[in-house]
Amino acid sequence: MVIRYFAWLRDHTGCAHETIKCPQEVTTISQLISYLSETSEGHKAAFAHEGVIKVAINQEFASLEDSISPDDEVAFFPPVTGG
Amino acid sequence: MATVTITITEDDIDPSFEVAQLKDQAVGAISLFFGTVRDTNGNLAALHLEHYEGMTQKQISAIADEASRKWSLNGIRIIHRVGRLLPQDMIVMVAASSAHRADSLEAVHYIMDYLKTDAPFWKAEETSQGLSWVDARITDETAKQKWQKS
Repeated sequence: MVIRYFAWLRDHTGCAHETIKCPQEVTTISQLISYLSETSEGHKAAFAHEGVIKVAINQEFASLEDSISPDDEVAFFPPVTGG
Repeated sequence: MATVTITITEDDIDPSFEVAQLKDQAVGAISLFFGTVRDTNGNLAALHLEHYEGMTQKQISAIADEASRKWSLNGIRIIHRVGRLLPQDMIVMVAASSAHRADSLEAVHYIMDYLKTDAPFWKAEETSQGLSWVDARITDETAKQKWQKS
């Protein structure tokens, strides 16, 4: 599974993207966040403000309850500020 | 359906060229919106814009398609710049053409309101203090919601 981080989430994780092998019990975005938060202090800091973080699965907006599969590209980012 | 062109680029925007692309025998109205880099506090060195390559194009394309279903449009051209931009630089252009003005005027307004909340771009302000990420504005969400009521 490819995980992408944008804006201040990337500042915390220290990487723009990473390829991970998720444990089988991680099946939703919410569980993925809990899992990733434990991988480093930076990841924990990135996900500390879980309430404001947006998520996309395969480049479509998704929610915390949505299911994930091993081939997905999951992106985490702050609310968008373009235009 | 309107002819839709979406460009994400580091290059500046050439309004005359964009207008020329939208001219057509059937077109009687061309409406344009430009967003520029604002320096509210007089201390902005630059604005850094990043985006989610791929998702950006998909999101903007979906917004443009919805606009061309809602209004009678001939063409839609959307350009969003990324990279390091200076105060007063153009950030974004949304342009639409139609037979009559109401269609293109409303479509441009609609596309901008949705682009603000649905297209994955992020801004960071560069000042002498360093870089700081810009927070999203709640008013952008309300601006989008008004189209959902109508």
